[in-house]
Amino acid sequence: MKELFPIKQINGFVFSLLLTVVALSVYFMDMSYEWGMTILLITAFVQAGVQFVIFMHAGETKDRDVIFSTLFYGVFLALAAVFGSLLTLVWDMM
Amino acid sequence: MEFFERFAIPHPSPMIYASMVAIGLTVIAIIAGLTYFKKWGYLWREWLTTVDHKKIGIMYIISALLMLFRGGADAVMMRLQTSVPDNTFLDAQHYNEVFTTHGVVMIIFMAMAFIIGLMNFIVPLQIGARDVAFPRLNAISFWLYFAGAMLFNISFVIGGSPDAGWTNYYPLANNEFSPSVGVNYYNWALQISGIGTLITGINFIATILKMRAPGMKLMKMPMFTWTALITNLIIVFAFPVLTVAILMGTLDRQFATNFFTTTAGGSDMMWANLFWFWGHPEVYILILPAFGIYSEIIATFSQRNLYGYKSMVGSIVIISTLSFLVWVHHFFTMGQGALTNSIFSITTMAIAVPTGIKIFNWLLTMWKGKIRFTVPMLYSVGFIPLFTIGGVTGVMLAMASADYQYHNTMFLVAHFHNTIIPGVVFAMIAGLTYWWPKMFGFMLNEKIGKWGFWFMTIGFCFAFFPMYITGLDGQARRMYTYSEASGFGPLNMLSFFGAGLMAISFIIIVYNIYYSFRYSPRNVGDDPWNARSLEWATHNPVPEYNFAIAPQVKSSEAFWDYKKNGHQLFKGDIKDIHMPNNSGQPIIMAGLFFIFGFSFVFYIWAGVIISGIGILACLVYRSFEKDDGHHIHVQEIKETEEKFGGAKK
Ligand code: HEM
Ligand SMILES: [Cu+2]
Repeated sequence: MKELFPIKQINGFVFSLLLTVVALSVYFMDMSYEWGMTILLITAFVQAGVQFVIFMHAGETKDRDVIFSTLFYGVFLALAAVFGSLLTLVWDMM
Repeated sequence: MEFFERFAIPHPSPMIYASMVAIGLTVIAIIAGLTYFKKWGYLWREWLTTVDHKKIGIMYIISALLMLFRGGADAVMMRLQTSVPDNTFLDAQHYNEVFTTHGVVMIIFMAMAFIIGLMNFIVPLQIGARDVAFPRLNAISFWLYFAGAMLFNISFVIGGSPDAGWTNYYPLANNEFSPSVGVNYYNWALQISGIGTLITGINFIATILKMRAPGMKLMKMPMFTWTALITNLIIVFAFPVLTVAILMGTLDRQFATNFFTTTAGGSDMMWANLFWFWGHPEVYILILPAFGIYSEIIATFSQRNLYGYKSMVGSIVIISTLSFLVWVHHFFTMGQGALTNSIFSITTMAIAVPTGIKIFNWLLTMWKGKIRFTVPMLYSVGFIPLFTIGGVTGVMLAMASADYQYHNTMFLVAHFHNTIIPGVVFAMIAGLTYWWPKMFGFMLNEKIGKWGFWFMTIGFCFAFFPMYITGLDGQARRMYTYSEASGFGPLNMLSFFGAGLMAISFIIIVYNIYYSFRYSPRNVGDDPWNARSLEWATHNPVPEYNFAIAPQVKSSEAFWDYKKNGHQLFKGDIKDIHMPNNSGQPIIMAGLFFIFGFSFVFYIWAGVIISGIGILACLVYRSFEKDDGHHIHVQEIKETEEKFGGAKK
């Protein structure tokens, strides 16, 4: 019975609800823009990690390496797109 | 009647009306022909519902050839218009529509379809698989591409063509400056076929990673399969950006949002930025499979193994990442500072390095090889110097400060045609000629093929080299005419002459297909070119199940091992083979997508809702459908193999 009970998933679910509450608090509480953004960014990335690892079972099969390398490649490209665009269109725009 | 007014063409001309009639007559002729010869059933059973990667590949290639014809006709019209100063063959509006259509058709519906077609046919054979990982999805990919292509192609007779360039820059592409439905067509056609492409990307990654023959490690894959893997990886990471950007553009035009507007917080430059974040990887999506094709052909006809396999793989892997880090080079002049431009200048030049490595690898493969100048090899040998010129002018453009001079001139047009024609188009024709016996069981005539090659190559040089000069002299691209005093006349006439030669070469190539179909001998054997990789280890033409027994592989040249080193490819006995069933759903669903897109283009909400529900219904049906495929039994396989003259290798 113990093996069958998805304790990991339940914990994950509670944890991800918690993350949502924390993220929501940014809206309801009175805080500076910087603080709000920091909280949102951190909770968003942790949330995504929880989804991938716990609910989508990344890392539980032989394909572990393929899955994580594509994941990191995707993150890398997303960051390149975001910061490249910021650089081009905002920071360095004459 | 009011309802139908929206379908009128905003800027008509006798030529467009003539095309309308021609299209109508062709459709009637096709329907009548199919009915008269009672071919509907055959067409439906064997082609429209097929999930066989080989047939899907062939359908992609046929569509691509049709699109090559359409795009080529546009090209000749443009060159005709600019062949003499102050010409009035096309007016400014028509010229805009023609170059927009030409660009989109050639990149999205011709080149993409051609390489995906070749990939479809060849990759499963090269890795010794029975089909792709998701055959049904593969059919959906094709039909979505086809629906998108048809949607785009009818725009010039129903409602008006897009006219904001294949790059579709905002604010030009917004409702104020492009009031016709043309840009809506652009959005929906690209969106629909883009979904198909994305699905292909996922499908082929899964296929190549999961379905290789026993013994085929990653580093033992044939080079074309390697390039296909990397290309599909780029597709999966690049296409979503296009999808989202086009969606934002659609929302701007059809739902009054402000993503790419110049007011209310929108940024028109964001479109250019996103477009090229997809667009530059896109040019590598096209060129990498071409590199793969050349690698196969050069090794085969130099009768040597590919020189520097590892460095080849290394360079395509590096290219795949670098190709995402250079996009700003397409808009050095947009107003960002020197720091940004320098960064992207350097990344752009860096990409020339792995490309150069590959050029040397091909040269060294030919070095000491016993070269046979067949048609595919001629194209490959022609490719090397011509593509190098394209690469060198690319590096010239990559110098940001110099690009202020070249940008938006004919010099740029010459550059990218110099990479795309000897790079991608030559590869497509070379690959088609090379694998033709694999597809149809007979060879294309070599003599006629060589005529085609020379017309194409010489035509190319005449058509595009003059543009480097007029570009440096200041002739801007996308201008429908120029004055006598500019002095651009003679060189543009030369360019028109070259375009004419290329058109002739297309006719020669098509004639060659017809001629060879009629007269080529059919008993060419399984290995007409003395080739090296696994796709040649099965019969010509390939039976439905590809390989009766899954092949054993020890190197990237398994078939060569078998021929020269006594390697045994097929061990064990023939067993029942499990194959997927045909299905009519993909084409039906794509038809619904076509209606969906068409209705959206014209704001016909009833059509949008009904076809949208239809699409969802297809998805639901598929989710609950039970389809376990079918088995081909041992007896039947043995009979087929017997017909081909025995299975054992
Ligand atoms: C050595 C490699 C290459 C370099 C350094 C290079 C560099 C560049 C640069 C800097 C531009 C922008 C110039 C401007 O807009 O002023 C450009 C445009 C372009 N390149 Fe390349 N390129 C290379 C290879 C290729 C390849 C392999 C292809 C296609 C297969 C290609 C296709 C294009 C296209 C389609 C455009 C322009 C599209 C447009 O604005 O409509 N390039 N290239
Ligand atoms: Cu580029």
